[in-house]
Amino acid sequence: MTRTPDIASSRLSDAELVVNFSDAHPPLTKEQAVVEAERCFFCYDAPCTEACPTGIDIPKFIRAIATGNMKGSARTILESNILGGSCARVCPTEILCEEKCVHNAREEGHPIRIGALQRHATDWQMDHGGQPFTRAPETGRRIAIVGAGPAGLACAHRLAMHGHDVMLIDAHAQPGGLNEYGVAAYKLADDFAQREVDFLMKIGGISFEGNRKLGQDFSLTELRRDYDAVFLSMGLAGVRAMGIEGEALDGVQDAVTFIEALRSRDKKAVPVGRQVVVIGGGNTAVDAAVQARRLGADDVTLVYRRGHEQMSATSSEREWAQTNGVTVRLWSSPSRMVTEDGVLAGVEFSRGKATADGRATYDPKDTFIVPADMVLKAVGQLFVTDPISGESILVENGRIVVDRSYRTTMEGVYAGGDCTVGEDLTVAAVRDGRDAAEAMHLALSTPDQSETSGQ
Amino acid sequence: MADLRSNFVGIKSPNPFWLASAPPTDKEYNVRRAFEAGWGGVVWKTLGEDPPVVNVSSRYGSLNYNGTRMIGLNNIELISDRPLATNIAEIKDVKRDYPDRAVVVSLMVPCEEESWKAILPIVEDTGADGIELNFGCPHGMSERNMGAAVGQVPEYVEMVTRWCKQNTRMPVIVKLTPNITNILMPAHAALRGGADAVSLINTIQSVIGVDLDRMVPMPVVGGKGTHGGYCGPAVKPIALRMIGDIARDPELCGIPISGIGGISTWRDAAEFLAMGSSTLQVCTAAMHYGFRIVDDMIDGLSAWMDEKGYATLEDVTGRAIPNFVPWNKLNLKFRTIANIDQEACVRCGLCYIACEDTSHQSISKSLVGNERRYEIIEEECVGCNLCAHVCPVDDCITMQPQPVDGELTWPEHPNNPNRVVAAVS
Ligand SMILES: Cc1cc2nc3c(=O)[nH]c(=O)nc-3n(C[C@H](O)[C@H](O)[C@H](O)COP(=O)(O)OP(=O)(O)OC[C@H]3O[C@@H](n4cnc5c(N)ncnc54)[C@H](O)[C@@H]3O)c2cc1C
Ligand SMILES: Cc1cc2nc3c(=O)[nH]c(=O)nc-3n(C[C@H](O)[C@H](O)[C@H](O)COP(=O)(O)O)c2cc1C
Ligand code: SF4
Repeated sequence: MTRTPDIASSRLSDAELVVNFSDAHPPLTKEQAVVEAERCFFCYDAPCTEACPTGIDIPKFIRAIATGNMKGSARTILESNILGGSCARVCPTEILCEEKCVHNAREEGHPIRIGALQRHATDWQMDHGGQPFTRAPETGRRIAIVGAGPAGLACAHRLAMHGHDVMLIDAHAQPGGLNEYGVAAYKLADDFAQREVDFLMKIGGISFEGNRKLGQDFSLTELRRDYDAVFLSMGLAGVRAMGIEGEALDGVQDAVTFIEALRSRDKKAVPVGRQVVVIGGGNTAVDAAVQARRLGADDVTLVYRRGHEQMSATSSEREWAQTNGVTVRLWSSPSRMVTEDGVLAGVEFSRGKATADGRATYDPKDTFIVPADMVLKAVGQLFVTDPISGESILVENGRIVVDRSYRTTMEGVYAGGDCTVGEDLTVAAVRDGRDAAEAMHLALSTPDQSETSGQ
Repeated sequence: MADLRSNFVGIKSPNPFWLASAPPTDKEYNVRRAFEAGWGGVVWKTLGEDPPVVNVSSRYGSLNYNGTRMIGLNNIELISDRPLATNIAEIKDVKRDYPDRAVVVSLMVPCEEESWKAILPIVEDTGADGIELNFGCPHGMSERNMGAAVGQVPEYVEMVTRWCKQNTRMPVIVKLTPNITNILMPAHAALRGGADAVSLINTIQSVIGVDLDRMVPMPVVGGKGTHGGYCGPAVKPIALRMIGDIARDPELCGIPISGIGGISTWRDAAEFLAMGSSTLQVCTAAMHYGFRIVDDMIDGLSAWMDEKGYATLEDVTGRAIPNFVPWNKLNLKFRTIANIDQEACVRCGLCYIACEDTSHQSISKSLVGNERRYEIIEEECVGCNLCAHVCPVDDCITMQPQPVDGELTWPEHPNNPNRVVAAVS
């Protein structure tokens, strides 16, 4: 029997693709938003606000929706989180604000729909009000930001607000970072990422240069020479290898590369297999699996080496995968790619279980094969140190080390977002960018600050 | 099964639920539907002299609160805008077809004896069970020296009541306006005039809101607004108090009361009965949901009476009146202290901030591990009940009455400069 790898584009019609990649959770109508807002107790010292990495005053913005003060509502969100629009769409609210909503104590699983309300308010602002903030008088200070993802954008906006001039530099042609080419298409439908960047840039004072890569087209030393301060927000540019036989075969791909293709190209032009195996247990794995299904794959199996509890994908992400027809298999570790006539035909896994001390063991003799013509690896992203390797920047455990003021070990250079230690979430990146901007602003406004540095 | 039959100054109805004089009782069509739905009686929409009044278009304004519609309703309608003869013919037909239901006719004619003398026999001829004198309408009619313009002058109330009593055999119910400072004044006047009963409250003068785009009070009539009459659930507390004042007044000799004002459920009805009403009139709730609401009112009231062992309406009427006292009779030694059920608490912090910012700083806030915790500081709590009211969880914060050591009222209190010194025995 001979097989040919069955990887093809255009498995579905345009019309089907439009449906499959449109908004996963459509916006609330005005009436729905008001009803939902009126459910809010307007808690004091609200636990939801404490759970939000950017500390949005949630009861305040929700009350403003209830009273019809849309401008105030949006402003409340955006002054804490200028990417409140994308956070409303991409945040795993079930483990953040909504998890802490006191309504759960009355009826588990029925928190106020904070994310949906946040989207309602920020959409209103983008539709009606444009950029709600104005710049302080220009300071003449110039700051370079490397990496125009959520961290870099939030930092740029805050610095611009304080009157500084910002140069945003990115290796990609477009600003946005993973919002633009990583997050699932149905979470940020209708070019939202781009619209949000445009909205944010309207503050003024921010220039963007794309297709410029640190370590290749310019160096950090040059930036330090030309700018008053530098913020590094380069995210995680690398992916972890699985280190098993056949990883380089045709048809084996990084999930993030697959998703990037899907986000940046016409969906019809993105090839997908009939039988797809996704390896990994995080949200990237879930996103890759679901989007492969939605591109037209017949069978998608997500295989994770441990159990539910250890998966970093949240329970709602898992459910989302399952309702999208993804088969989830647990406690299975990939041992090799299986080929037929040199062509990828499947993945072999060994079955495993938890030992008494909670670790995982796998039995190399107890194996099974999942047939596949496409394999997507989602076993984790890595920070690539090359661009800063020659500089005096301390990297530990694969991330840039910063102090509480987001300062790296190189004077005048700050860092935040995924390339530093902490949760790899959009909202955490926004907080880092914002707070680093405040720290830089403080340092630039009080020149002595940099001399008295230290941890 | 509790007996809900009512005999109100000789006007009989199978239950105490009447529709108040208003749009629901404007014409035969509505009233027949109301009787089919089970209403015990109606007070027909107020009749006046011909030519009929003219109503404006755009008539009601609503007070909505936190997602709840029409917690208060205001209107700028006048009395019936149909010819007298039309109304009279319809009343006659309806009464003939529903002899067991109460049909009371509301009247408002100029403050002249001739006018009243003229209309009374016409009404009597319909076979109606009684009349209600509308001394309450606070807008439109009062500017013509009718409605509240009469109700606000006790002498007029007495005079018109007397004319009616002298010129008809029908029982006379005087409907009182709340737009006065002391409800007892017009109530006494009605009694002096010979009224068989009083009904209250009529609507309260109000401006329901302002259209902020057009800068016009609502409801907007061609770019202008006027004050109207306010009713609905929000006015219930005002009605209960005025009814209670009349019911406990010794000089009013227990004059029968038809209670009106925000009655929407059987529970409201029971409260109105407890505060001294014998029959209950409803308008806004019917306008909000239609006539079918009477089902649950009848059912619920009857079930509640059974549960409490009240056999008839008379058993309930005025039950709360002995306990409705002037402030001076309250025991200043009584203390109640808030208690938070930590199991039920959802940790919203609303009790804390309410007491901290606006009451007596009697709730402490702490963190136990990662959990916030709110606790009553009993020594500081004055027992104001605020926390229990703001708490969104039923029965989470309860007020615990403390053992009482004797009685001390303000008249005897040492802080009272005019205290009455108890006679030493
Ligand atoms: C597939 C996927 C799905 C995700 N889904 C979610 C989600 O649903 N919800 C959520 O909260 N989080 C999600 N995340 C995580 C989230 O996207 C990141 O935490 C967030 O984008 C981090 O922001 P950042 O600004 O630090 O980095 P990034 O968004 O990664 O941006 C880094 C930018 O730096 C640029 N860059 C990198 N190297 C260089 C260089 N040498 N020179 C110049 N520019 C450079 C890159 O081109 C990029 O634009 C997801 C991540 C992935 C991979
Ligand atoms: C508990 C309480 C006590 C009040 N005490 C007074 C008072 O002592 N003197 C006064 O002029 N008004 C007093 N008021 C009335 C308020 O000042 C205000 O006029 C009224 O509450 C109406 O406003 P609001 O319902 O919009 O809050 C009191 C109100 C409340 C609720
Ligand atoms: S009853 Fe009043 S004083 Fe006592 S704790 Fe509650 S709010 Fe504070």
